[in-house]
Amino acid sequence: MTTVADTSNKTSFEPATHGFDVARVRQDFPILHQSVHGHPLVYFDNAASAQKPQAVIDAVKRFYETDNANIHRGVHKLSVRATESYERARIRARDLLGARHQEEIIFVRGASEAVNLVAQTFGRANVTSGDEIVVSHMEHHSNIVPWQILCQQTGAVLRVAPVNDQGELIFEEYEKLLSPRTKLVAMTHVSNAIGTIVPIRDVIEKAHKVGAKVLVDGAQAVPHLSVNVKELDCDFYTFSGHKFFGPTGVGILFGKKDILEHMPPYQGGGEMIRSVTFEETTYNDLPHRFEAGTPNIAGGVGLGAIIDYVNALGFGNIAAYEHELLAYATAALEAVPEVRLVGTAANKVAVISFVVDGVHPHDVGTILDQYGIAIRTGHHCAQPLMARFQVPATCRASLAFYNTRQEVDALVAGIRQVVKVFG
Amino acid sequence: MGDLDDLYQELILDHNKSPRNRGELENATCKAAGHNPLCGDRVTVFATIEDGIIKEITFDGAGCAISTASASLMTESLKGKTLEEAKALFKGFHGLVTEETEETEDGPGLGKLAVFSGVCKYPARVKCATLAWHTVHAALSENGDTVTTEDDE
Ligand SMILES: Cc1ncc(COP(=O)(O)O)c(C=O)c1O
Repeated sequence: MTTVADTSNKTSFEPATHGFDVARVRQDFPILHQSVHGHPLVYFDNAASAQKPQAVIDAVKRFYETDNANIHRGVHKLSVRATESYERARIRARDLLGARHQEEIIFVRGASEAVNLVAQTFGRANVTSGDEIVVSHMEHHSNIVPWQILCQQTGAVLRVAPVNDQGELIFEEYEKLLSPRTKLVAMTHVSNAIGTIVPIRDVIEKAHKVGAKVLVDGAQAVPHLSVNVKELDCDFYTFSGHKFFGPTGVGILFGKKDILEHMPPYQGGGEMIRSVTFEETTYNDLPHRFEAGTPNIAGGVGLGAIIDYVNALGFGNIAAYEHELLAYATAALEAVPEVRLVGTAANKVAVISFVVDGVHPHDVGTILDQYGIAIRTGHHCAQPLMARFQVPATCRASLAFYNTRQEVDALVAGIRQVVKVFG
Repeated sequence: MGDLDDLYQELILDHNKSPRNRGELENATCKAAGHNPLCGDRVTVFATIEDGIIKEITFDGAGCAISTASASLMTESLKGKTLEEAKALFKGFHGLVTEETEETEDGPGLGKLAVFSGVCKYPARVKCATLAWHTVHAALSENGDTVTTEDDE
C-alpha cells in the first residue's frame, strides 16, 4: 500500500482545493511517515497535541546549536541573539492574534496556565463574594477548575450556560445568565470534545454590555481559524503552542493592555521585577511582569517558527481544505449504521466525536490502534459535556490540515472491523 | 490481526455480550464500588460471605469489554472460594495481566482467567482488566470506600 505522502501517486484521491497541496504539506511533517502495527500511521489525535513540521524542529535545534543563552540578561552575543529570537516570536504571536501591542502578549506554559494566571491575578483583584463567573457547558476542565478555585477563595458563584442537543451554545440562556453581578465570562472559542465553534464575538459583546470582562479559551480555535482579538474585542485570549503544531510547554496569553497594567503579579521571581530590596520590590513593565523566571526559550523560538509556517500555508487555504475534509469525514461516518455522532453543530471545526453501538470507546480505540489509527477515547477533559450527552466517553477523531480523505477511509474501514469483532 | 485476537478472545467477547452474575445482590454482606476515572468505567461488587467462604457474588456497572468481561469472569471464579483463595487468585490475576510473573500459559489455578493473558501487551488496558479485582479486594477487606484505579501501584 502506498502512503499518501508518496507524491508519485497522490492526485486522484484528494480534493483539488485550490492553493493547497496536501501531499506536499505532508512532506513537511516527518513523524507522519511511519507505520504503526504494520499500517501507515493515521494521526487523528490532533486536538490532544498536533504534529510539528520540520521548520519547527529545525528552529528549536538551531537555537540550541547556535544561539542558546538566557534572555534579557547578558550583554554577550549569544544572549542578545537568544533574546532577539524569543522577542521576535512574541511579535509573531501579536500579529497572529491581531493584537495592537507586543506588551499584550505574555508567554505562558499553555492554555491551562493562562487561565490560572487570569483567575489568580485579575480574578483575585476583581471578583468578590456574590459576584458571578459564567462558563459554558462545553468547557475543557482547564477552563472550569481554575474558576472553581477562585470561587472557593472569594465566595463568587460559577454559572453555566447550557448547550443544546447538537452541542451548540443556547445563546438566549447565556444572555439570561448575564447581570451586573457577572464579573467575568470564560468561554471556549471551539469545543475540544465536539468541535463546535462558539459565536464568540456575540458572547463577548453581550458580556461587555453588563460590564463583564471576557476570557476566550482559543486552544482549539487557533489551529483551525484565523483569530483577531481586536475584532473580537476580547479582554483575554489564550492558546497552547503544542496544539498549534508548535512545541510543548509554551503558549500565549493575550490581555488588553489597560487591564494587564492594573493586574497584580502572578508568580514572583527573576525577570518580573525592576528592583528588589528586602523592604520593597517594584515590578517590571508589561509583559515581563507576568513572566517570572527563565521561560521555555527554545519553545518560544519554535512557536515563532510555526506561526511563520502556518502563515505561509494561509489560514484561508487551511480552512477551505479542512471544511471539505470535515464534510467528507462526516458523511463517511454517518454512512456506517452503527456509528452515532456526538455533537452536530452547524458551525464546526474538523473534530468529530462519535460512539459505536454497543462498543465502549476504549475498545474502539484499541482496535483502531492495531490498524495504525490514532484517535482519542475517553471524556476529553470535558466530563460535564459527556454527562450532558449521557455518555461516559466518546471516540474523537480530530483532524488537521495534513490529514487526507484516504485516512478518513482507513478510519471508516477500521470502524467496520470494530463492528465485526463485536458483531 | 493476530494481536487483536489475543486481546479480544471469544470468551471475553462472550462475557462482554452476556455478563454472568450481573445485578445487585440482596442481603449482600459486603459491597464496594470501583471507578476508573480515566475512562469512566464504574463497577460495584456485591458479595455474601459465610464462614469465610464467598457464597454469592455479583457485579453491576458499565465499562468497556475488557472490564465487563473481567468482572463477569471474576464473579464466576470467586464463587465458592475461601477468602484466602480469593486473595491468591487476585495476586495471580494481577501478575498475569501486568506480566510480573513468568508466563505460565494458564497460571497456577487461574483456569478461565488465563484468557486475559493478552492484556499485558496493552498497557493502556491493564486498568480495565483489574478494576473489578481491586474493587472486590476492597469489598472483602471490608473497606467499603470507592476504590479508584489511580491508587494502583
Ligand atoms: C479547549 C481547551 N482548553 C484548554 C486546554 C488545555 O491546554 P494545555 O493542556 O495545553 O494547557 C485544552 C487541551 O486539551 C483544550 O482543548
